[in-house]
Amino acid sequence: MDILKFITAGSVDDGKSTLIGRLLYDSGAILADQLEALHSSNRKNDDGSIDLAILTDGLKAEREQGITIDVAYKYFNTDKRKFIIADAPGHIQYTRNMVTGASNSNLAIILIDARKGVIEQTVRHTFLVSLLGLPQIVVAINKMDMVGYSEEIYNNIVADYQALAQKLDLKNAVKFIPISALKGDNIVHESTNLPWYKGESLLHFLENVEIAVDNKTEHARLPVQWVIRPQTDELHDYRGYAGRVLSGSFHVNDKVTVLPSGFTSTISKIEQLGVEPTEAKTGMSVTIHLEDEIDISRGDILVNSRQQPQVAKMIEADLCWMDTRALDADHTYFIQHNSKLTRCKISEVLYKININNLEKVYDEEFKLNDIGRIVIKTADELAFDPYHENKANGGAIIIDSRTNVTVGALMLRSAVD
Amino acid sequence: MSSNNHLDYLDELEAEAIHILREVAGQFEKPALLFSGGKDSITLVRLAEKAFRPGKFPFPLVHIDTGHNFVETIEYRDKMIDRIGEKLIVGHVQDSIDEGKVVEQTGKNASRNALQTVTLLDTIAKHKFDACIGGARRDEEKARAKERIFSVRDEFGQWDPKRQRPELWNLYNGKIHKGENVRVFPISNWTELDVWNYIRRENIELPTIYFAHKRDTIVRNGQLMAASPFLNMDDEDVITNRTVRFRTVGDMTCTAAVQSEAFEIDDIINEISESKISERGARMDDKVSEAAMEDRKKGGYF
Ligand SMILES: Nc1nc2c(ncn2[C@@H]2O[C@H](COP(=O)(O)OP(=O)(O)O)[C@@H](O)[C@H]2O)c(=O)[nH]1
Repeated sequence: MDILKFITAGSVDDGKSTLIGRLLYDSGAILADQLEALHSSNRKNDDGSIDLAILTDGLKAEREQGITIDVAYKYFNTDKRKFIIADAPGHIQYTRNMVTGASNSNLAIILIDARKGVIEQTVRHTFLVSLLGLPQIVVAINKMDMVGYSEEIYNNIVADYQALAQKLDLKNAVKFIPISALKGDNIVHESTNLPWYKGESLLHFLENVEIAVDNKTEHARLPVQWVIRPQTDELHDYRGYAGRVLSGSFHVNDKVTVLPSGFTSTISKIEQLGVEPTEAKTGMSVTIHLEDEIDISRGDILVNSRQQPQVAKMIEADLCWMDTRALDADHTYFIQHNSKLTRCKISEVLYKININNLEKVYDEEFKLNDIGRIVIKTADELAFDPYHENKANGGAIIIDSRTNVTVGALMLRSAVD
Repeated sequence: MSSNNHLDYLDELEAEAIHILREVAGQFEKPALLFSGGKDSITLVRLAEKAFRPGKFPFPLVHIDTGHNFVETIEYRDKMIDRIGEKLIVGHVQDSIDEGKVVEQTGKNASRNALQTVTLLDTIAKHKFDACIGGARRDEEKARAKERIFSVRDEFGQWDPKRQRPELWNLYNGKIHKGENVRVFPISNWTELDVWNYIRRENIELPTIYFAHKRDTIVRNGQLMAASPFLNMDDEDVITNRTVRFRTVGDMTCTAAVQSEAFEIDDIINEISESKISERGARMDDKVSEAAMEDRKKGGYF
């Protein structure tokens, strides 16, 4: 059993909460006492059935306003998989929330209201999902019950979306599924209301879709988080580099380079409490030992010597701004790239993107939810891979040194000379 | 790449939690691990062993002791500390009461559960902890579902749901101002069942009260409570010996038992898989209102 993380994107009232509620409900992820609260709640659908959207409502303030405004995580599992849903709002003013949710997902469900078809929001959601590099998109065409389960309407929406995908030069795989979140058609069970649809139900697809690994490269990367040095009599010379393999894999006897210093050595041992595997695979948290005693500390990255990343202080990147205070070109921020923390400045804004029509905008001012391309200058060198080749070693955050708040998400692209 | 190259879900959850624990070690000056004696914090100890052995933990364990514990929990705690050889700091709710910082509740439903928050905040302040690792999970409750893995608290321990930092990829921003601290939840993405499956896989010993045993109980507000001197009992309370177990380990005054024949971990996993009542449903203090948890977290609760 493995884990599939996905995000759901839709505009207000497209049925996102109902869909998630339905997935949880029909897959049995709701327990008896939660169910009791659900039934005793005053909120009911027009036909008197329970309102499944309540299940995904989070905080009190939001309940009062009647909308979801932050990323909430939901869990359910079937015999085949464990699922983690990042439930993020779809309004333009919550672009940062969607970017956040998408950063941790391998798949996106983009909801379309069958009565409305492909709209501005669909363009924006699709753009964000492609920017964040999610390998798989499911376009769920919802409220099919409200359009008489019409095949023609469904086909028209599919065609419109395909045209959009072409225009965006979308690299993500796309799957279309007609559903009714409210009635439960094609969510968990296949539906007799949609006899013309020969495909599988949404849950069946989610259970069986191959999860593409984030990183397209197999290049071995391990940022050092912590150096284990017991310094006891028996373990006097013990020195283990603790970290999680971002991509690729490491083996005993592999030649590795430490960046940014450039020292090289050979892996003498890999440890995981009590066991000594010969291979450390992508995703594993391990402790690595090297043959040579070299100076390595938190913030350094171990890479396979035959597969070098880029090392630079001037880097072109895509930026999503996440703070109410606009980007200040004169201010020195922090940048956090895996275990590396250093100072940085945004030295140039190349352009911004109008995310509703995807046109470039030449305007220096970077405000909340703005997305565009910039050049960043860092105090120390970063050893990174382009985000679209290796997400795990290409994402970074900007932290405002005045407030300590995370204010920007960076998708690094390439070193600038 | 084929899907069999993906880690098994428990391996992935474990690797993620270890990564988070090592980020705490790398980013903070004075972290602590909040140890309740329950299965979630016991799991954290196991994960910390995986993250830092053969070195020492870069943090002490902190137990907030209400004084109304199950004896089994304290026995377990002390034995475990002996085994792992790490430092334990105990904050006593009784001290907060004696110092007049909190007032003991009275009446039939009196509990020290709410008083813990004050003792916790005092303990954090006294030791100047800048990060406190806890075993909360997002599946426990709606408010938690939105909480970050690194969750910043102000000087008063308050959580502000409106001012949470975006948390992207596996990057955790632990930068804080003086006086603030961060609550860190390494097993945020685990469900109750995941924790049990992990405990089974790792063969982790638990306090015996998690397993079915015979015990004197009374019924309070529709829930089974262990009969103890800490409950204000009167003639109306009928003591009955039942076969029960506990799904969480907390203060004796507010941790309800469930009737159960689950004597082994396999039985428990089966029982939970077909569960009729969610874990927090067995804690009376959450029942008060739908928004109970959210209000308590804003006030600095775990
Ligand atoms: N007829 C019909 N109504 C739906 C469907 N899905 C959602 N709705 C309704 O649309 C409204 C908005 O749904 P909700 O899930 O709250 O939307 P959200 O804002 O995207 O989370 C509610 O009244 C739902 O009952 C559907 O498939 N068919």
